Amino acid sequence: MALAHLASSSSRSNLLKPIFAALSSTPSLRCPISSAAADNTKTLTIETSVPFTAHQCEAPSSLVDTTPEELLTFFRDMATMRRMEIAADSLYKARLIRGFCHLYDGQEAAAVGMEAAITKKDSIITAYRDHCTYLARGGTLLEIFSELMGRQGGGSRGKGGSMHFYKKEAGFYGGHGIVGAQVPLGIGLAFAQKYSKDGTVAFVLYGDGAANQGQLFEALNIAALWDLPAILVCENNHYGMGTAEWRAAKSPAYYKRGDYVPGLKVDGMDVLAVKQACKFAKEHALKNGPIILEMDTYRYHGHSMSDPGSTYRTRDEISGVRQERDPVERVRKLVLSHDLATEKELKDTEKEIRKKVDEAIAQAKESPMPDPSELFTNVYVKGFGIEACGPDRKEVRAVLP
Amino acid sequence: MLGIINRKICSGGSSVLTSGQSLQWARSSASALRSYSSAAKEMTVRDALNSALDEEMSADPKVFLMGEEVGEYQGAYKISKGLLDKYGPERVLDTPITEAGFTGIGVGAAYHGLRPVIEFMTFNFSMQAIDHIINSAAKSNYMSAGQISVPIVFRGPNGAAAGVGAQHSQCYASWFASCPGLKVLTPYSSEDARGLLKAAIRDPDPVVFLENELLYGESFPISAEALDSSFCLPIGKAKIEREGKDVTITAFSKMVGYALKAAEILAKEGISSEVINLRSIRPLDRSTINASVRKTNRLVTVEEGFPQHGVGAEICTSVVEDSFGYLDAPVERVAGADVPMPYAANLERMAVPQVEDIVRAAKRACYRSVPLAAAA
Repeated sequence: MALAHLASSSSRSNLLKPIFAALSSTPSLRCPISSAAADNTKTLTIETSVPFTAHQCEAPSSLVDTTPEELLTFFRDMATMRRMEIAADSLYKARLIRGFCHLYDGQEAAAVGMEAAITKKDSIITAYRDHCTYLARGGTLLEIFSELMGRQGGGSRGKGGSMHFYKKEAGFYGGHGIVGAQVPLGIGLAFAQKYSKDGTVAFVLYGDGAANQGQLFEALNIAALWDLPAILVCENNHYGMGTAEWRAAKSPAYYKRGDYVPGLKVDGMDVLAVKQACKFAKEHALKNGPIILEMDTYRYHGHSMSDPGSTYRTRDEISGVRQERDPVERVRKLVLSHDLATEKELKDTEKEIRKKVDEAIAQAKESPMPDPSELFTNVYVKGFGIEACGPDRKEVRAVLP
Repeated sequence: MLGIINRKICSGGSSVLTSGQSLQWARSSASALRSYSSAAKEMTVRDALNSALDEEMSADPKVFLMGEEVGEYQGAYKISKGLLDKYGPERVLDTPITEAGFTGIGVGAAYHGLRPVIEFMTFNFSMQAIDHIINSAAKSNYMSAGQISVPIVFRGPNGAAAGVGAQHSQCYASWFASCPGLKVLTPYSSEDARGLLKAAIRDPDPVVFLENELLYGESFPISAEALDSSFCLPIGKAKIEREGKDVTITAFSKMVGYALKAAEILAKEGISSEVINLRSIRPLDRSTINASVRKTNRLVTVEEGFPQHGVGAEICTSVVEDSFGYLDAPVERVAGADVPMPYAANLERMAVPQVEDIVRAAKRACYRSVPLAAAA
């Protein structure tokens, strides 16, 4: 199995090695968060535990620059995402969230690391596992929980649901339910960005399941032909729903699948590696056109809330990853070993996050269901007074503005 | 162009002039036309579409054209002739033969705020990209509660051509028109082509613009108003091509011409038909259709596409729902044959509505036909 190597002791020492190495190269800050304010922006250089693997390009350095402030933000953001997804699990089981609910816990480093490397003028588009990407782009917990429960306060006013979050002003273009469709759409975003001479890039996210889609290769061909600033990011969590990657792809080396398009394989559970890769990719895409990033990541939940996630993989594998590679724990260890905060401070942060999430849920529950008139809003931007009707058109009719 | 002038100058019937003679006729008739009425300009549908694209691209730098052979080839049917030279390869883009890919790219560009015009060489190929038209374009404004609008136009020839066989002859009007979030337009004349394409490009919503290959070369008179660069036709409004009082005939695209010919024949038999050029399949101009049926009390719907779940079925239901009491006869539906399009010329002719089919149906609606044969 792809992840069998995790259990080996050699990789265990790999995980711990870089932290000790980093410790010896930087002076330790033996002070709690509050009094380290002046030092929050000093540069820390940390080595990623897994080196990058490159295809048709030169890998960036595995020494990543960061700051105490950034690491603490990483911890807070990922812990928030983790707490949010777990809370969504409970809400789904309580039947307050209906239909589809695809959770991202385990994959937080990909969303957070990417955000650290780019601006809100760059675009991101993804598929349906979009709650955390939306949060990273500036969505609020209230907007997320309200949308999940189909309330007016939701990011899409309750009309989209779990798979259809959008925040155009922050460069987040959804939120798409059809596997693979977001890839040509994202390359279209890159096209528009180049056309408008924005100097920005588009990050186009997809999973190992979507990586075999024909339309991906169609759009990638065009991106390479026309030198579009598109970065394709394969969030490889190794399972396309219930199908393991080795059962779906003749070649699961997704970073190489672009053939003439360069690619980079990245440890997707390491937020600093993700940040470094995305920074590298952005520079590359603006100069040389498309590039593929394969994030080696993992989801703890099943494909969706309808999938226990344990019929096609072992519980040992899941708990193994949680123990060895959890992205939040990795940053916790970094923060602690660099004395950027104490254990208690981090635990307090987590308590605070839990409280914030609970408050957002309570507030979201107060948000009303959409008004019945919303059935007929936003069908068009310009409706010309066209008439639309409900199931019984003699009963329910509306005029589209 | 020559053919049309011949038709106008020679009274009735098909011309038997040789090409040399035709040219002479054309030259003299052109000057004759000029002297008859200086305002009666003619324009082919092809030129109408080309000029509309040109003007809209000139007016708004966000408008760009993308599709197979639209650039260097000047357009598979020459609709985009001259546009590459004028606007450059950044705005007129030749794509590989990858409909799903380039349609998705077009929709993504529209998400970001550009105004793409995506050309399908024929709408038969749109099926390769239909997920993007429906799920990525039509539904986005609704799912995002207005955040993501999609100002895109999907255009190209639709329906039967001549002898192109089953995979290249389908009419997609009813498929696209059933989807909320899309607008579906079907021009007939050059004025329709200009006005509706300009309206489609300016519209903030996704528009499916169904042209017809056999109409591209046809010439129509065009008013000075329609030639103005600000000319625009309203979306959702049908046009009454010919007023009448005995029977309403609805049609769109090429069938409008057939319906008008049928109306001429019916007039000779004392039946006055009102021919409605639908222009817009979604939104459908139900009020114009119903007002006409309330006047004539009889309805014949005409379309080229397959009959089941077609445009005519929707029009019939609309009239039954809103004007049942006004109907003096069952609604008649003329549509393409319920078979894949055959190749042989005689079978193809049987698979597409002909003028005599429309005449026969109209007479039935007027209770003027011979008794029907027993049902099979």
